[in-house]
Amino acid sequence: MSDVANGPVLAADGTPLKKRLSQALFRSKLRAFGLVIPLLLLILMAFVAPTIVFLKRGVYNDEFAKVMVNSQPLLAAWDVTSEPSDEMYAALVADLVQAREDKTIGRVATRVNRELSGTRSMFTSTARKAAKMEPPFKDALIDANKKWATTEVWEAMKIANKTWTPAYLANAVDLKYNADGSFERKSEERRIHLKLFVRTMEISVIVTLMGILLGYPVAFLMSSLQARTANLLLILVLLPFWTSLLVRTTAWIALLQGEGVMNDLFVLFGLAEDQNRFSLIYNKTGSLIAMTHILLPFMILPLYSVMKTIPPSYVRAAKSMGASNWTAFWRVYFPQTIPGIGAGGILVFILAISFYITPALVGGESGTMISNFIDFHMRSSLNWSLAAAMGAVLLVIVLFLYWLYDRIVGIDNMKLG
Amino acid sequence: MKLKSLLLGAAATSLAVGATAGEITVVSWGGAYTTSQVEAYHKPWIAETGNSIVSEDYNGGLAEIKSQVEAGNVTWDLVDVELSDAVLGCDEGLLEPIDPSILPAGADGTPATEDFLPGTLHECAVANIVWSTIFAYDSSKMANGPTSIADFFDTAKFPGKRGLRKGPKANLELALAADGVAAADIYDVLSTPEGVDRAFAKLDTIKGDVVWWEAGAQPPQLLADGEVAMTTAYNGRIFNAVASEDKPFSIVWDSQIYDLDLWVIPKGAPNKDLAMEFVAYSTATEQLAAQASYISYGPARKSSAPLVGSFHNKPDLAMGPQMPTAPENFGTAIQNDFEFWADNTDELNERFNAWLAG
Repeated sequence: MSDVANGPVLAADGTPLKKRLSQALFRSKLRAFGLVIPLLLLILMAFVAPTIVFLKRGVYNDEFAKVMVNSQPLLAAWDVTSEPSDEMYAALVADLVQAREDKTIGRVATRVNRELSGTRSMFTSTARKAAKMEPPFKDALIDANKKWATTEVWEAMKIANKTWTPAYLANAVDLKYNADGSFERKSEERRIHLKLFVRTMEISVIVTLMGILLGYPVAFLMSSLQARTANLLLILVLLPFWTSLLVRTTAWIALLQGEGVMNDLFVLFGLAEDQNRFSLIYNKTGSLIAMTHILLPFMILPLYSVMKTIPPSYVRAAKSMGASNWTAFWRVYFPQTIPGIGAGGILVFILAISFYITPALVGGESGTMISNFIDFHMRSSLNWSLAAAMGAVLLVIVLFLYWLYDRIVGIDNMKLG
Repeated sequence: MKLKSLLLGAAATSLAVGATAGEITVVSWGGAYTTSQVEAYHKPWIAETGNSIVSEDYNGGLAEIKSQVEAGNVTWDLVDVELSDAVLGCDEGLLEPIDPSILPAGADGTPATEDFLPGTLHECAVANIVWSTIFAYDSSKMANGPTSIADFFDTAKFPGKRGLRKGPKANLELALAADGVAAADIYDVLSTPEGVDRAFAKLDTIKGDVVWWEAGAQPPQLLADGEVAMTTAYNGRIFNAVASEDKPFSIVWDSQIYDLDLWVIPKGAPNKDLAMEFVAYSTATEQLAAQASYISYGPARKSSAPLVGSFHNKPDLAMGPQMPTAPENFGTAIQNDFEFWADNTDELNERFNAWLAG
């Protein structure tokens, strides 16, 4: 003992053992990391990078500033309250001429039109005449279109001119961003996004609760049956899970529509009058029914895998000590299934919050969710920045709820199997 | 012997074409409409030139063209779009300019620029057809059916659900027309805040009875299923249900809103020159007239009108009276104002969506 106490422990070749050990560990860590690299790269390239690029679109837009190079510094310096200077008018004309030549005028016009409706044609038609304009440019512009004299247009341009802008995020929560940097609520008849965020939450919560109510007994039954019967039930649960989402949604249309199977049965049994059939689809009810059905396996599977690990002897022990069936279930069995409920609940909720094909097909108006609007702005109105901003708000809400869940239930409490 | 004839055949083909055969990707709206284009444009062109065509379907809008052009990976050579998208896309530099001088003169010798209907040739687009939004009902269920757009909004006189396209376009115009605004004044009224309020107020009167549709194939289905008593629709879709599937549907032409479909070439299309050739070929007098025997959309050339015959497999079904442009249908027609919609789509969409959700 005493002869090695002063120096470090050495390996066979004379290097300190600690060093050799860390070298060996480093190599094995490197090998393990090497195995993970393909997946890591895939996630970075196919998920993280696009998400960041897209989120950036929600706060960054250079469609205007990139093209209107002469006006850009002047507009940025303009104090909103004073009259636009002659220099600004001259710069505007120069930019319009250039934009028309480069075929970028449409982008500028569309960008400003998002801030002030009706300015699109003003830009494109003025740009057509701009090449022939002569000083004083202010009069020439107002000659081309009276609206150039109004400060509204200049304010809209000043908003569009900002490349890093909170305008889209504000729009995503029904606020209007003004040229002087202030925010105000949009007029009553144009508020819609907040309403939809609330509705999305509401539908997702109801679908999750329904999933627990319907899925819990099924999972319980499966876990308490013999393996053979349980497997048969499992296949019945998985069968719809393997069927295309579109097929299941369309099947619900056939079942629930006015002239559909369910309503025919209701009429047959006298539960509804033929003239006055239930509206089960193309409304919130339709969204709720179809989404609950589609997401049910995501609730049943984690519940089932958790329930299978609970030894039946616990409940028997509780009963042998005098607990009633209910007490044995509620005090002994149920607490042990909470990790399954947590896992299933959070899975179903997060999937439900971003559902859009099903609500689009069976939701009608009252069953439309926020994702349908993100889709609308991506594919129809081409306002990708607003879509990105709405996506960012949704992401923040999900992260907040996740944090809340962690605080209340604890994320370590979640079990997927 | 066999080889020789093969070579001769190849020589003959290359003589006829004057170049090696190529391939273009043509994108259109699918269903009966694409079928009419395949029959009238694609097949004869392939037979004549030896080139081939890949036909794809899409649902309208500029989103795909925009993403292809911006990503620098254009795979479409030719796309069938609505007028507002042609103008927007051209202004945004997403489309190739098309020189009208490549278009052949009409069958009667009229130069193309005069032969095409006014407003159908554009800097980046060439129109092929005139289509129209009309409303239709099932005449087997309604003996004395509606005759005017006012009847569409009159649920007391004609009870039952109404089908409308989900979106402000066309609905606001129809609401004003039903409220008594003359066709010529519709967009003037709609340009004022009071006019928009008035249109929404009129829509409010039937809001509870509306079933909203989105794809063009839905309205005939809604009518056939009895989900609605009457619905707005694209005239060709209703015609097709009547002609091919013998559905008892009737079209009401009062206050029809007509629009154009045009060929456009995305900027940087891989086979741009061949696509140009196809544009010129497919919008010639005979091709446009031939298309009209498959679907009831009006040809964009004046010289095609006299050549329009009957439905392709029903010789006694004359196509002339089925066209939106037929004089007896055209009396109260409203021309869709793309400029108005390009300017106000965002604001009116927002208002419409808020109105729907509220």
